[in-house]
Amino acid sequence: MKKMKLVMVGNGMAGVRTLEELIKLEPDLYDMTVFGAEPYPNYNRIMLSPVLAGEQGIQDIILNSVEWYTENKITLYMNKKIVKIDRKNKVVITEDGTAAEYDRLLLATGSNPFILPVPGKDLQGVICYRDIQDTNAMIDAATKYKHAVVIGGGLLGLEAANGLALRGMDVTVVHIMPWLMERQLDKNSAFMLQASLEAKGLKFMLEKHTQELVGDAQGRVTAIKFKDGSELPADLVVMAVGIRPNTSLAESAGIHCNRGIVVNDTMQTYDPSIYAVGECVSHRGTAYGLVAPLFDMAKVCANHLARMGIARYQGSVTSTKLKVTGVDLFSAGDFTGNEHTEDIVLHDTAGGVYKKLVVKDDKLIGAVMYGDTTDGSWYFQMIRDGKNISEIRDHLMFGQSHLGNTGHQGQSSAAAMPDTMEVCGCNGVCKGTIVKAIKEKGLFSLEDVRKHTKASSSCGSCTGLVEQLLASTVGGAYTPTLSATKPMCGCTDLTHEQVRKQITEQSLISIPQVMKVLQWNTPNGCASCRPGLNYYVLCAHPRIAKDDPQSRYINERAHANIQKDGTFSVVPRMFGGVTTAKDLRRIADVADKYNIPTVKVTGGQRIDLFGVKKEDLPKVWADLDMPSGHAYAKALRTVKTCVGSEWCRFGVQDSTQMGIDLEKMLWKMYAPHKVKIAVSGCPRNCAESGIKDVGVIGVDSGWEIYVAGNGGIKTVVAQFLVKLKTPEEVLEYSAAFLQLYREEARYLDRTVHYVERVGLEYIKQKVVMDAANRGALYERLLYTMADTVDPWKKENVDMREFEMLST
Amino acid sequence: MNNWLKVSNAADIPQLGSRVVTTQAGNIALFKTADNEIFALLDKCPHKGGPLSQGIVFGKKVACPLHNWNICLDDGNAVAPDVGCARSFPVKVEGGAVFLSLT
Ligand code: SRM
Ligand SMILES: Cc1cc2nc3c(=O)[nH]c(=O)nc-3n(C[C@H](O)[C@H](O)[C@H](O)COP(=O)(O)OP(=O)(O)OC[C@H]3O[C@@H](n4cnc5c(N)ncnc54)[C@H](O)[C@@H]3O)c2cc1C
Ligand code: SF4
Ligand code: FES
Repeated sequence: MKKMKLVMVGNGMAGVRTLEELIKLEPDLYDMTVFGAEPYPNYNRIMLSPVLAGEQGIQDIILNSVEWYTENKITLYMNKKIVKIDRKNKVVITEDGTAAEYDRLLLATGSNPFILPVPGKDLQGVICYRDIQDTNAMIDAATKYKHAVVIGGGLLGLEAANGLALRGMDVTVVHIMPWLMERQLDKNSAFMLQASLEAKGLKFMLEKHTQELVGDAQGRVTAIKFKDGSELPADLVVMAVGIRPNTSLAESAGIHCNRGIVVNDTMQTYDPSIYAVGECVSHRGTAYGLVAPLFDMAKVCANHLARMGIARYQGSVTSTKLKVTGVDLFSAGDFTGNEHTEDIVLHDTAGGVYKKLVVKDDKLIGAVMYGDTTDGSWYFQMIRDGKNISEIRDHLMFGQSHLGNTGHQGQSSAAAMPDTMEVCGCNGVCKGTIVKAIKEKGLFSLEDVRKHTKASSSCGSCTGLVEQLLASTVGGAYTPTLSATKPMCGCTDLTHEQVRKQITEQSLISIPQVMKVLQWNTPNGCASCRPGLNYYVLCAHPRIAKDDPQSRYINERAHANIQKDGTFSVVPRMFGGVTTAKDLRRIADVADKYNIPTVKVTGGQRIDLFGVKKEDLPKVWADLDMPSGHAYAKALRTVKTCVGSEWCRFGVQDSTQMGIDLEKMLWKMYAPHKVKIAVSGCPRNCAESGIKDVGVIGVDSGWEIYVAGNGGIKTVVAQFLVKLKTPEEVLEYSAAFLQLYREEARYLDRTVHYVERVGLEYIKQKVVMDAANRGALYERLLYTMADTVDPWKKENVDMREFEMLST
Repeated sequence: MNNWLKVSNAADIPQLGSRVVTTQAGNIALFKTADNEIFALLDKCPHKGGPLSQGIVFGKKVACPLHNWNICLDDGNAVAPDVGCARSFPVKVEGGAVFLSLT
């Protein structure tokens, strides 16, 4: 069959991203041809700012080399501008008369800088800031001339001014409004920004209307004249007063345009064979001027070009970050507000911090931050997710308080870190390494950074810092993935929730069945989705679905924790942290018999035997003759207790017995992640119930239940759920809460992540208010666990796992 | 010349799983894919020596259990951005028996 022809006009960031997405889906569907007016392959336009600032070279910002086009069998014409589209014959024609036929045409012509219609606009030395050519012209001018004037005090103008100043020019920014970035900032914060830029040597003239550019006899600009009669010397004038979608080609072909090429939600223009993406587009009346929305469009467009026909583009919420080193400014969403919105504002002029949050109907819809942008991505994520913030409103302004976020020397602000400081404490990656990779490898997403630098790919505690670095380096081209649409992994486009729903509704009872019905794009998944699917199938269909050991991480397959040298550790269960002389003696005998090198008391009130050979594990279990402690599993770990009323002079409840009862009920419970419980006998809380998944605290009149605490990577204090009278109630409410978590959380979410997502109110409704639902949850958990066996009894374990072969 | 040693029956290696053979060349991991292809790698991750045999097998790759490097079963190469290579050994299956060559 003859391939269809796809022609793309405009070789820029949006267009080429569309081709990349298309190649991922259907590499062989089209013969592809690309026409670009610039003499370069696709490059990272947003990095023109660091290039101008002298922080990197042009050669570092190429995103797709000429070889990339060849490898993907794309015919590339550089330096060739398309001047005509003949829609009737489906042909495009270049300036020099080259013609190319198409079955599908993709317009990605970007935008044109707006030129002020003043006398002198065509003089030499008057330029815009859009492409490599402009950048080179500025770099060149800086070596020859002294006085630069930048017209326009928005993001682009300020970045241009900063770059020129760094190259030694005397720079004045001329702005028509009373303060800089009037769309993003209010007057006070704009003055803070202005002051810090003035400290870097920039000058400003506000409320100035340009009347005319004056030239010399050679036709080169020499000065700028204002309406008020004043004048300023200028050897270089940069116009940065806005952009206009580049629609001239489309318009000349009669394609409907209205401040952009008008497209529908599938990125199709009014001509069904012609698609358009990027800054040239008007979608639902909006034309975008940032990279992140263009990438969303690219994905949707590729989906339709690949004839999958299921994606829709529904508009984007955007964020921006000024890319001027040492100045911290971030804005996202609708930060202007109106009579239907409320503002929460923090303004500390002396401290150099300004924050404004715009709230509408209990949802955050916009944010502006100056001086401290640490929580930018957190706010942006909330804006995009449309999260209800009523529960956290009173501390919203103070950010995601970085209480106990471990592993990077107490730093929570990336801007304040020197290049040599470690960001990722697990993989030893420094700030400088990450920033360099983002700039030179053209990284735009957290996933990209993880892949290329390993930063944030292990425990994840530095994710916030890496997001800040992304935001400040690519200036808003970074968009955190909508949590609600984040796919489970690269093997599918479906989210955890969608997959769980289908597993239940379509009664999918095995992993191969899930992958077949839900059209996984890999033959047997990956190390990330398989363990999740195994859990989802088992949780949705208890007693029916069969466990797949090969889809479990080694610890859950060997029922012990793997160590760095390949040996294992063994933790027997000690209900409620209580042991006996007999058990201790047996543990000691096992340690002797199997030459176990280390015996350690754990942080969870039990004993760990380290350095056990894999072949010895079944024998060790048999000799211990104690239940498995599940220290290796996404399951109930420990129930920590204190001595309680039995011995303690303050104890008001029997916490030890309560802990033993909880652990006896739950010890075979598998879950999306590990679960830890603690019971204390009085509010002195010696068992540390305040940082557990379920924390129980005895008071004189009964028990208080706290949920969703966490003591690990990021310390989070548990929240009060309910006060109860009897131990039986404690068992029922705890079990009901945990079953809700089991049924609804994403795999590898601890209770803290789950509750943060659904909100405590929701948990209260399902577990506290609704007695019937509570009872049903409790019953379902008991039903599931009644069928679970202790793996250490070896009944359901493939014993080949522990047998070595030899030659 | 390959010197073939019989080490296992193909049926005794679980699909998407592995077995470990102790040899004079060190521990060698035998992997079996979903399509019943069998591969042999030195049981030592090029990163920090983790036992690859204990990893999760998917497609023609294994994820190291220690720090999740992905290693290709056919040539032992680590998947980018990680770089490194686990030594691979020739294997063949004849009459349901698995043979390994250490040379
Ligand atoms: C043995 C022990 C340390 C010790 O010597 O005391 C331990 C050892 C490990 N912890 Fe832990 N943790 C131990 C108590 C804790 C505690 C304290 C507690 O439970 O009271 C915490 C903080 C409380 C919490 O979880 O909220 C803790 C927070 C973590 C975390 C971070 C979890 C988080 O959500 O932030 C991890 C990483 C993970 O699970 O992904 C982790 C992971 C690990 C792993 C499993 C690392 C791994 O994947 O191999 C370690 C296994 C070593 C081994 O072979 O046994 N360990 N770990 C403790 C075992 C307790 C037990 O009896 O089961
Ligand atoms: C200095 C600077 C800094 C920026 N910083 C940021 C930032 O921090 N964050 C952010 O998100 N965005 C930033 N942007 C904006 C971002 O670069 C653009 O949104 C993005 O590049 C637009 O992509 P596009 O594919 O729509 O257009 P472009 O990348 O402009 O590509 C369009 C291409 O089409 C070509 N073309 C046009 N007409 C024709 C024709 N008839 N025939 C052939 N070729 C044609 C053009 O020459 C151009 O190469 C910045 C832009 C600049 C200039
Ligand atoms: S036991 Fe826990 S804290 Fe200690 S090194 Fe291992 S994972 Fe880190
Ligand atoms: S030892 Fe294999 S990934 Fe580290």
